[in-house]
Amino acid sequence: MDTILQLLDLSVRSAVPLLLAALAGLYSERSGVFDIGLEGKMLAAAFFAAAAAAVTGSAWLGLLAGIGASVVLALVHGFASITNRGNQIVSGVAINFIAAGLTALLGNSWFSQGGRTPQLFAGQRFNPIDLPLADTLASVPLVGQFYSQVVSGHNLIAYVAFLMVPFTWWVLFRTRFGLRLRAVGENPAAVDTAGISVTWARYRAVIVCGVLCGFAGAYLSIGLQAGYVKDMTAGRGFIALAALIFAKWRPVAVMWACLLFGFLGAIEIRYQGVALPMVGVLPVQLVQALPYILTVVLLAGFIGRAIPPRAGGIPYVKER
Amino acid sequence: MRGELPKWVDYGLLPLVNLVVAFLIAGVVVLLIGENPMTAAYLLARGAFGSGYGLGYTLFYATTFIFTGLAVAVAFHAGLFNIGGEGQAYIGGLGVGLACLSFDTLLPWWLTFPIAIGAAALFGAAWAFIPAILQAKRGSHTVITTIMFNFIAAAVMVYLLAGPLQKSATLGPRTRDFAEGAHLPKLDWLFSPVGIELGSSPLNISFLLALLMGVLVWVLIWRMRFGYEIRTQGTNPTAARYAGISETKIILAAMTLSGALAGMMALNPVMGDQSRLQLEFTEGAGFVGIAVALMGRSHPVGIVPAAILFGALYQGGAELAFDMPNITRDMIVLIQGLVILFAGALEHMFRPAMVRFFAPVAPRVRAAATGDTG
Repeated sequence: MDTILQLLDLSVRSAVPLLLAALAGLYSERSGVFDIGLEGKMLAAAFFAAAAAAVTGSAWLGLLAGIGASVVLALVHGFASITNRGNQIVSGVAINFIAAGLTALLGNSWFSQGGRTPQLFAGQRFNPIDLPLADTLASVPLVGQFYSQVVSGHNLIAYVAFLMVPFTWWVLFRTRFGLRLRAVGENPAAVDTAGISVTWARYRAVIVCGVLCGFAGAYLSIGLQAGYVKDMTAGRGFIALAALIFAKWRPVAVMWACLLFGFLGAIEIRYQGVALPMVGVLPVQLVQALPYILTVVLLAGFIGRAIPPRAGGIPYVKER
Repeated sequence: MRGELPKWVDYGLLPLVNLVVAFLIAGVVVLLIGENPMTAAYLLARGAFGSGYGLGYTLFYATTFIFTGLAVAVAFHAGLFNIGGEGQAYIGGLGVGLACLSFDTLLPWWLTFPIAIGAAALFGAAWAFIPAILQAKRGSHTVITTIMFNFIAAAVMVYLLAGPLQKSATLGPRTRDFAEGAHLPKLDWLFSPVGIELGSSPLNISFLLALLMGVLVWVLIWRMRFGYEIRTQGTNPTAARYAGISETKIILAAMTLSGALAGMMALNPVMGDQSRLQLEFTEGAGFVGIAVALMGRSHPVGIVPAAILFGALYQGGAELAFDMPNITRDMIVLIQGLVILFAGALEHMFRPAMVRFFAPVAPRVRAAATGDTG
């Protein structure tokens, strides 16, 4: 029982950065701006969050710096793909490289620890929070144990991530902002005809994407870990992208997809080289590749159909 | 948006302007780090071209980038974006490795080489074929599937090299060293007569193969009917459909060709340098190919110099990191990103200004309303 709960707890931890990044991608892609630069924005956020937290000694300033860095990159993406009508995929690729190069260079020159940032102390990062009654309920079988071991004990950003799921659903499907955001992703010409600026709607979506990627990066470097290590996102931005597609661009489904991929990540960490009953030693590489394989299978239309927002990837050109 | 420009501006000046802007920003970063950008540029250039040894390494890296650049370019012409060059090159390396491990003790290099070329192309093409057929038949976008296939390729290679193909646990995840029959000859015979001593640099015969591929790609894309069909599909899919060009055929052909070129990249590091198959020999070359193709405007005549430029950055960057420890090789990754940004995503930024500037000498000015979506 304890093993299962530990595994679930680890799954949640692995799922949080995926969830934040996938929701970030959701806003951007629903507005018609494809974003394969989630990885780069997360990486930049992780670095600047840890660097600022180390220098200022404040986790909150760290978070702010992380969000700031991520939003700047998001704006570069917006400038290239909305204002200059450039290729969104190319721009995303560029942002991933710029982030990878810049964080490594600056990290090396600022802290001289081979790209690492200094180790952060308890006050400089977001610490685990024990939810009310977690201790009292720990003795209640099943529900209580689940509450105290899996639900409780995560940091603030993790709870923000899960609250963002219903919030995102509400924003997208129950507010005017969300309606317009989805509309510019499906039929920008109609939105334009209604007298609403396609450019501004898309920019707002891209900025929200930057903010959420900022949270995702900060979660890694000043939440889960106590500092930044080179290349710390390690492809999570792409797994988040896979989760987003796997969930067919829907907020609640995104959460389940991220929990599934988080669970796979937890299995990979826990059972590396351990012989399991009936299965034998698990090939770690298979577990690592599973999110990607599942996404390809889904994209091939073998399990349902993943249809992206119709105007996704197409720069909007106003008729003259 | 896309007025006509004189050819030399479109293919020469515009990429140059993009490059200069990318380098200016990189220079600012160097300043931020607290080093002198001019000194850094000098050290970089000296490292890349200052000696026969440096030049050898520059061209060695360039060889790799010519292959991956051509790979990305061929897909571009068909209107496809192949981000999977990295994975295709990785799996191509598996083909090279298997060919070498099978024949290196039996055959001389000049017989092993063609077999390895075929294996590299076949494996790379096969890895690109799956995303291609999924795009052609099931409509799943190659951009996403090829990204996923990069990660799947990495997992496959780690599994194989740490498992079935591993020689011994102590040496780590790699195959045994290839025997003499799988060593590619160096190019000293070509460079010594003109007074350039390549020293211990690994520049090998696959450089000539890369140049040959450049010529073949040029012939295919610009001189053959099939290349014309590829370009038609890439620039105007609707027109291509009316002309009776099969979209399925073009997607499959362009992607497998692209994968084959990316796969052949593996010949250079695996057979020409390391003489064994090991993890991560691709070193991101598949992605450099994107920058090279964008800078070279998807034309072999542009791709070769762009590949040499990136080769110089890789070699010069290594030397620079040695002289200025503050500027690590990550600088190249940054420059690569900036080049992709300015030559690719922001290519329209300077274009209108250029069009306005060169309007008086432009060959012909199209009416504004030709339905060009840019």
